[in-house]
Amino acid sequence: MSKLRVATTSLAGCFGCHTSLLDIDERLFDLLKLVEFDRTPLTDIKHCGPCDLGIVEGGVCNAENVAVLREFRRNCKVLVAIGACAVTGGLPAQRNHLDLGDCLSEVYLTEPGTRHGLIPNDPELPLPLDKVHPIGEVVKVDYFIPGCPPSADAIWKFLTDLIAGRTPTLGHGLIKYD
Amino acid sequence: MAFDLETAEHPENLRRVAIEPLSRVEGHGKVTLLLDEANHVRQARLHIVEFRGFEKFVQGRPYWEIPVMVQRLCGICPVSHHLAACKALDQVVGARLTPSAEKLRRLMHYGQILQSHALHFFHLASPDLLFGFDSDVARRNIVGLVAEYPDLARQGVLLRKYGQEVIRLTAGKRVHGTGSVPGGVNKNLSRAEREALLKDAYQVIAWSRDAVHLVQRLFEQNLALYEEFGSFRAHGLSLIRADGAMDLYHGGLRARTLDGQTLFDHVDYDHYWDHIFEEVKPWSYMKFPYLRELGPETGWYRVGPLTRVNQCDFIPTPLADKERQAFLAHDGGRPAAATLGTHWARMIEMLHSAETIKDLLHDDDVSGDDLVTQGERQERGVGIIEAPRGTLIHHYRVDENDQVVRANLIVSTTHNNQAMNEAIRAVARKYLDGHELTEGLLNHIEVAIRAFDPCLSCATHAMGKMPLKVELVDAGGRVIGRITRSGDGSCA
Ligand code: SF4
Repeated sequence: MSKLRVATTSLAGCFGCHTSLLDIDERLFDLLKLVEFDRTPLTDIKHCGPCDLGIVEGGVCNAENVAVLREFRRNCKVLVAIGACAVTGGLPAQRNHLDLGDCLSEVYLTEPGTRHGLIPNDPELPLPLDKVHPIGEVVKVDYFIPGCPPSADAIWKFLTDLIAGRTPTLGHGLIKYD
Repeated sequence: MAFDLETAEHPENLRRVAIEPLSRVEGHGKVTLLLDEANHVRQARLHIVEFRGFEKFVQGRPYWEIPVMVQRLCGICPVSHHLAACKALDQVVGARLTPSAEKLRRLMHYGQILQSHALHFFHLASPDLLFGFDSDVARRNIVGLVAEYPDLARQGVLLRKYGQEVIRLTAGKRVHGTGSVPGGVNKNLSRAEREALLKDAYQVIAWSRDAVHLVQRLFEQNLALYEEFGSFRAHGLSLIRADGAMDLYHGGLRARTLDGQTLFDHVDYDHYWDHIFEEVKPWSYMKFPYLRELGPETGWYRVGPLTRVNQCDFIPTPLADKERQAFLAHDGGRPAAATLGTHWARMIEMLHSAETIKDLLHDDDVSGDDLVTQGERQERGVGIIEAPRGTLIHHYRVDENDQVVRANLIVSTTHNNQAMNEAIRAVARKYLDGHELTEGLLNHIEVAIRAFDPCLSCATHAMGKMPLKVELVDAGGRVIGRITRSGDGSCA
């Protein structure tokens, strides 16, 4: 059986969903018999190639997130939004009721202890969007796994269902909105 | 202030090479290099491209939400933010912790250090050290480790699991738990939970010691490379216990200069801003802190395992202290300066964490019932902790309606901003300058960054010339968001 090719990325997330994926502990060794990794934070592949599954953590907060997300959608047969940030925008979206300019000036200009402040503006920095968006507002998403983060057991159930060719379902105790 | 290789004089004539996203680090950042026709490196910068504005949007929230909110800054060391916030808010509620509360928090914290250090070494950094900096990309990762060093990979996974289990049992869940509250904790450990953890504690200590010896062996086998690679002397900052012991949960501030002189010691961190100032540079969202005593030109410093193991007078657990002495013997009494030595120091701390966890599990206070206290309400609080990556500062002001009105966070990786830039410039000068750049050579830059175990976020991409405007369009062509930036950097 050929291995399922999987890519993962963290956009405007905290990495907690990736941490939860690693919390499958020793089951990682079983997983590695069934999947191979494309671009993920665990490998040095910098761009996503054709994949069976793309796992996206985090919402979209800047122009670069949009580009990476679109690259994932183009390349991945199945795309899954993992965790509250990807599903709804999550905690970073708390800045949505604020003016981005105010946020930037608070942090870089007026905070005490900052020497001649300025707002970073180099072209190497991706432009922040004025709002943080869930990924489903930008691309079509095939599955959503809620939770902050979803538990390792939920992620494991999802992956094993998908690998076995079943429609993934999370039963009682695995769906959490925390 | 201008550092060598920070800013090229005529960037317009140079070729840009970007390493993006940085991989096998937490989150995403990028490095850009500018090279002339002869491949001489003229500029090298590590950009941190994350902007989330936590300091702004926690304002107006009731203070008791903060320890739960701020951990969403980082899913690899959520406990550090959870506890730094709680330490600050202990001051706000005027609490002096009970022995049970403090020991349970320590247990949670050392569980965090153990799992984070294990993750960093085994899952992220070790493939560079075991396979070679320019070895095959396909193998240079955890999958390659599992294939070629299955026992080592297994130990790494189980060490991390153990730390995560300590966190789960003290914090309620492995990632983003809720165990600590302003003034104490909301859960103790049952006897059964302690016994379950104690069952594996000695194996965890033994594996941690093996990990120290593994890095020591790698270091000694490649001595010239390991001493020199990306290395530089730097001032150091860390917390220190009153008797000079390493203490990752609490202490006063100690700063030493690059030649080992004490700049300040056992300073009450309540007024950290008397000593630490920050500078902003246009090309990174991450600020550049410096020691006020020394000023912005020369006052930058390093935090984290290398500094902590160097600066403490002793480690208060026997096995780790023995390893500390072996580590220091290498540099003949001078503060160790080797960037790759950070891996060695990190494993010593992992061993110390394992020993500390075992001791705390034997202490009946962690099953005590006196968990929360309160005292006279204060208007502001500062909490500092030694997170896996270094000194972490949380500072809040809370009004009479219990709402947070001001927050300032200086996270560990920020303290290392200039240090990481120095490391990549040292590598660029020695290994890249004048060469045709290959994937393997570019990985050398990442090897230097990985030694710091930085906590970055959000990938990035050059977006062309300013001023410019970005529109976010949904699948149906509807504009759902936009941002413009004018030439002066102001955003609308
Ligand atoms: S959903 Fe929670 S754990 Fe996942 S990235 Fe967002 S904040 Fe982190």
